[in-house]
Amino acid sequence: MDLQIALLLGQDGIVNGAIYALLALALVLVFAVTRVIFIPQGEFVAYGALTLAAFEAGKTPGTLWLLLGAGVLVALIDTVIAVRGGNPGRIKRIVLWDLALPAAIAGLVLWLEPATLPLAAKVALSLAIVVPLGPMIYRLAYQPLAEASVLVLLIVSVAVHIALVGLGLLFFGAEGSRTTPFSEAQFNVGTLTVNGQTLWVLGASCVLIVALYLFFGRTLYGKALRATAINRVGARLMGISTTLAGKLSFTLAAGIGALSGILIAPITTVYYDTGFLIGLKGFVAAIIAGLVSYPLAAAGAILVGLLESFSSFWASAFKEVIVFTLIIPVLVWRSLTSHHVEEEE
Amino acid sequence: MKQRLPLLVFLAVLVLAPPLLPEFYVTLLNYIGLYSIVALGLVLLTGVGGLTSFGQAAFVGLGAYATGYLSTAHELSPWLGLLAGLGITAAVALVLGFLTLRLSGHYLPLGTIAWGLSLYFLFGNLEFLGGHTGLTGIPVLELAGFKLDTGREFYYLIWVVLLGAVLATQNLLDSREGRAIRALKGGGLMAESMGVDTARTKTIIFLIAALFACVSGWLYAHLQRFVNPTPFGLHIGIEYLFMAVVGGAAHVWGALLGAGVLTILKQWLQDILPQIFGQSGNFEVIFFGIMLILVLQRARDGLWPWLVRLVPVKVDRQRTVAEAEPLPCRQMPAAGTVLLEVKDARKQFGGLVANDNMSLTVKAGEVMALIGPNGAGKSTMFNCISGVDPLTSGEIRFLGERTDALVSREMARRGMGRTFQHVRLLPTMSVLENVAIGAHLRGAKGVLSSSLHLERAEEARLLAEAKRQLERVGLGEHLFEEAGSLPLGQQRILEIARALCVDPYLLLLDEPAAGLRYLEKQALAELLRKLRAQGMGILLVEHDMDFVMGLADRVVVMEFGEKISEGLPEEVQKDPVVLEAYLGGVE
Repeated sequence: MDLQIALLLGQDGIVNGAIYALLALALVLVFAVTRVIFIPQGEFVAYGALTLAAFEAGKTPGTLWLLLGAGVLVALIDTVIAVRGGNPGRIKRIVLWDLALPAAIAGLVLWLEPATLPLAAKVALSLAIVVPLGPMIYRLAYQPLAEASVLVLLIVSVAVHIALVGLGLLFFGAEGSRTTPFSEAQFNVGTLTVNGQTLWVLGASCVLIVALYLFFGRTLYGKALRATAINRVGARLMGISTTLAGKLSFTLAAGIGALSGILIAPITTVYYDTGFLIGLKGFVAAIIAGLVSYPLAAAGAILVGLLESFSSFWASAFKEVIVFTLIIPVLVWRSLTSHHVEEEE
Repeated sequence: MKQRLPLLVFLAVLVLAPPLLPEFYVTLLNYIGLYSIVALGLVLLTGVGGLTSFGQAAFVGLGAYATGYLSTAHELSPWLGLLAGLGITAAVALVLGFLTLRLSGHYLPLGTIAWGLSLYFLFGNLEFLGGHTGLTGIPVLELAGFKLDTGREFYYLIWVVLLGAVLATQNLLDSREGRAIRALKGGGLMAESMGVDTARTKTIIFLIAALFACVSGWLYAHLQRFVNPTPFGLHIGIEYLFMAVVGGAAHVWGALLGAGVLTILKQWLQDILPQIFGQSGNFEVIFFGIMLILVLQRARDGLWPWLVRLVPVKVDRQRTVAEAEPLPCRQMPAAGTVLLEVKDARKQFGGLVANDNMSLTVKAGEVMALIGPNGAGKSTMFNCISGVDPLTSGEIRFLGERTDALVSREMARRGMGRTFQHVRLLPTMSVLENVAIGAHLRGAKGVLSSSLHLERAEEARLLAEAKRQLERVGLGEHLFEEAGSLPLGQQRILEIARALCVDPYLLLLDEPAAGLRYLEKQALAELLRKLRAQGMGILLVEHDMDFVMGLADRVVVMEFGEKISEGLPEEVQKDPVVLEAYLGGVE
């Protein structure tokens, strides 16, 4: 290996690492607020990328029907609960968020012919379809079990994951897709060629991380989420709805996931089940951080990205084995340093 | 006999099925049997032990590939392949268990996801295992000169192995080791204080689950006669867990039910879904996912308990405890011998000093009371003495030996029994079994003899001891009730019986009289007097002053983590420092 190749691999690793970092942040966020280990994170990556790809191919993405279906289901359940609880005033909001909003997005998509629109509009429409799925899935799968043990929530996550992968196959088929890059520009730095898309990924990741930092540090909702993460009961006593906190964190996670998918779709071919492996690498990073520390998760993600790109050079057949085995020394290290807190069922 | 009827019918159907059913259904039953073996391991691990693994398919793969490789490349006997597979699986499971079992709950499943993926990719990329095409030409299994080369013949082997595994698991759960396994779900603290090595117990069930999976893989390899990586991927590992959860993870028969339901459902969905959707693919996972979510939301205990309610056979819960030779007891030291000596103990949680400069002694044949206002640090002192929390500095001696570095199960082994301020028992287990956990260290038979029920004599003695202690504390009429159904005061008494089962020199009681009625308190005081007369030392934390002052020989008063007074009950009651601490000073 010469310097040229090392630089190339390094660049590759950092770009992937930036995506893993975003996913790791979302995973830490969701776990801290809801105690859900969010395995389906990767499906949002795939859905984001493939929805955009469907627009580029001039097709109507299946995720749109999922959004409408999930909206109707949530509306039905919540209406029944509202009526039974003697709270019919809520119905207006249910209709607005779970029926009118998805219908409006669907109307927009069907009316606008997205294939003819500029890229930015396609991206916006893709996000509009995929992101609301986050809180809806929280409502349907997790909210009835919000007080269950981490283990039960983890099994639910795995169930949601396989259901979403199956739906992904149904919507997008088994073929992978690649989307057009955000920018075709190329820069030469010394002997190294840097693609415009690379800069987009890095730039967007940095912007997102700063935005999250500001959100958690400066806004009331961000602080409410932090409060819930630290002490659920205490936060509830202060009037913070843990349901709202759960939906909000799932919205953020869905947004981060979908955006990550849209960012990498021009670099790598995305299949309906690609998201899982990408998400899991974010997981390895999040576990490095013990599922609690944001900066450590980001650093771990870069490490995972670099390890992946260098091992794909030396032993490409075993790159997944190497990346996932990394978790074992990490777990050893954590088992030696972390204080065991026992959880009762 | 009537209770066994459903089981006998089930067995008769199993025996008669192969000659009567078409090939297709025999194959289906073979797969259900193979999957059930894996799911059974998960029942033990997840449903009973509270640990979760998504990576069982990888262990199945180890079993299948070990025999596949050895019997094709080296032409060794499949039985050697089985041994090799079990050996490799055990080694891998022990390493993984060592790495992840000490961490809190969710690291194990996450670790198994990573592990399941790694192994799957490894199977697919190793040249000598045939890569993604796999290994072909695995020999037919021969059993006592008889070739098992059709599915109908293999069927009997699979189901004999499965039913053997079910029986062994049931036996294991109904034993001393089984109680330790069932105690894991209540958090490790209580079990450790009764002498159970929870890390070892967790490793054991992880190992058993892995070995069951390995055996299933071995059977699979010789049934199919070829292996490739596909059936050992993570998604199959997830399906195994689904089988256990859907069937009813806390019941051994739930494994069979879950495996049956999911296998048949999968077959059916794979037939109809491609027609509905007009394309082919693994669409059944959509329904599996949704079904599992619904099961967890609506019926977290799975389908088995629901099925049992449908069967019109009443299970007779009433049992008797057989008479048995009493267990050997410790010889109590002479009254007045110093049992426990705490010197200059200090306990700090971060910046908070919970105990400082604490010194006290407890002698054989006396009741020492530790009193003080709420938050004075009494329970912290208890936890330090019983090895739950380590001291920051100072020393503790028990029977003359330095013990401040020992963990709680070592304290139990040395003859210290304790109760908890917040009752810690296993609410769905019977009163008798809860108390028998206390006698854990007085039995020695291990997992193997438990699975074969070769330890019945010892088990009878343990249960008889539990019964004896329960009668002693006045709960003799509640032996077979669920512990969680007792009123709180009686649950505390149950904890005393459990601590007595340890056969302790020293008994630590944390607020034993809380929640008791007057007569019950008197009975408790009477019991403690008797124990004292027998030479036992008792350290008591209690807020009921009448109870304490009428019973204690000596009293230590704590406030803000330090000792403020010590002496005979009547002296302490007059001590102005104590009065100030309890009633506030006169300014």
